[in-house]
Amino acid sequence: MTRKRAEIDVAKPGWLTTIQDLGRYGYQRYGMPSAGAMDRFAAVVANRLVGNPDQAAVLECTLKGPELLFRDDALMAVTGADLSPTLNGSDIPLWTCLTVRRGGRLRFGTRRIGVRCYLAIGGGFDVPLVLGSRSTHCPSRTGGLDGRPLRAGDLLLGGPFGSDVERLVGRRLPDRLLPRYDRSIVARIILDSRREWFHSAAFTTLTNSVYMVAPQSDRMGYRLIGPPLPRTGAHRFISEGTVTGALQVPADGQPILLMADRQTTGGYPPIATVISVDVPLAAQLGPGDTVRFVSCSIVEAQALLRTRHHLLDAALPPVAINRPSL
Amino acid sequence: MTTDAEHPTEETPVLRRLIPLGDSAVTVEFGDTIDPEINALVISYANRIVEQGWSGIVDIVPTYRSITIHYDPVQWDVTALTDRLLTIPRLNPHEEKSQGTLHEIPVLYGGDSGPDLEDVASFSGLEPSEVVALHTSVRYRVYMLGFTPGFPYLGLLPEKLAMPRLPTPRPRVPPGSVGLADRQTGIYPIETPGGWRLIGRTPIPLYRRNGSTPFLLKPGDLVQFRPIEPGEFERLSRQMIHEDHRP
Repeated sequence: MTRKRAEIDVAKPGWLTTIQDLGRYGYQRYGMPSAGAMDRFAAVVANRLVGNPDQAAVLECTLKGPELLFRDDALMAVTGADLSPTLNGSDIPLWTCLTVRRGGRLRFGTRRIGVRCYLAIGGGFDVPLVLGSRSTHCPSRTGGLDGRPLRAGDLLLGGPFGSDVERLVGRRLPDRLLPRYDRSIVARIILDSRREWFHSAAFTTLTNSVYMVAPQSDRMGYRLIGPPLPRTGAHRFISEGTVTGALQVPADGQPILLMADRQTTGGYPPIATVISVDVPLAAQLGPGDTVRFVSCSIVEAQALLRTRHHLLDAALPPVAINRPSL
Repeated sequence: MTTDAEHPTEETPVLRRLIPLGDSAVTVEFGDTIDPEINALVISYANRIVEQGWSGIVDIVPTYRSITIHYDPVQWDVTALTDRLLTIPRLNPHEEKSQGTLHEIPVLYGGDSGPDLEDVASFSGLEPSEVVALHTSVRYRVYMLGFTPGFPYLGLLPEKLAMPRLPTPRPRVPPGSVGLADRQTGIYPIETPGGWRLIGRTPIPLYRRNGSTPFLLKPGDLVQFRPIEPGEFERLSRQMIHEDHRP
């Protein structure tokens, strides 16, 4: 079995392109954010399409994609947002396993839908594991490529991959599993069971209003603009653990949706949490896009996640980490 | 979904409430105050969960008075997890208290290292030297880590020094800065924005991204600050840089 590695030159870095995997776990008790791909579904699909384990490192490209020059043949899949990718000047399909020949130039153009696009290559991107993960957390300069976004002139290394992978070319995610990205979404939420931090009107306001993503939004969280959620302000909320998808509410009543780089603890009470299957839709919202929230039960949310998990496994089976043929 | 543990016994911990956070985490509340006894219970219970070694538990985050448990909802449903959490036996918090490590943290107080020392002194009606004496008079407990990698929330700060945060946070706080806010004191491990009053700076790194032990402190540890002179700060800084580059 021969093993190959791809080398890729970064000609242009794009607006914000980072190496991400599914996140850094086990260190939140030390204040280390989990980071990882904002749209985990798109990252997992990109990996499975090229025969990688789900945890392999991918590129997360934001708003404006990079320009990459392949020095070697490689397998590639682009998923997530449609940033008009082209290979050697020709449009390429998303959610599909493709081959790139040596000298191939991948570029991105206009943003059609979504904000974050994922690029997987066969073998994954090879950067050192830091605390068990390859994800970049820029604020603490941890993981990825020296803890920072890509720069022009960087050289990306692919991990080793087998020679039997050509059979994957052309494989694509079935249409019925494609996420329905939109500039105005409905996100299902689980309301927080504690009622002492908000006036009861806050819960009805939250589920009867449209919130807009503010420009001050990033991988840590989105500030949402809309009708304020009145807090009781009886006593001070003592900082506690946070989760991705949580809607934290500061004193001004304007919620903040916590995303992948969220701080591990927070001092604002949460009013609700976006369910796991809907976080990828939220991850594809940009400034000016809108979200409406509808209430959902935990049992329902967990059933939806398991169903999606099983449908994806049936369509694109997961690859074991130590698969002998890799 | 709130579950009140109505009949605690010696075998079950005193859980105030179990609060699901969305579909992939649960917060267990032990109280609603910042209190060393409650925090000791939190840490001992968090250690107990770690010991169980349950697959599908991805992160266990103890904080002042609660623990957040992050789990994989494909492997656990919320009822199964909360039922299992209630079976974990109680540990004597006094046993736990002795397990924290004591760290002596050298601090250069005032000047450029502690730009708010004078303000804290006038706020509390003390001389700057008295602020330093009071700040170093307490052996602080690491109640929790959060905000940034390795940032310790230390308490309780002597009441006399309790000063509210800056009205506008500084855009950049240098790493190692020692700050205070209300009854808490803390150390900024990395350069970040920050609103705490800065009274000094330590040359000791709290987060080493490439180190084998990246985090200096853990919840339940104890911190004793020691005032140092600029010369020692320089010497220790050089030593730390040297250690960082050691293979």
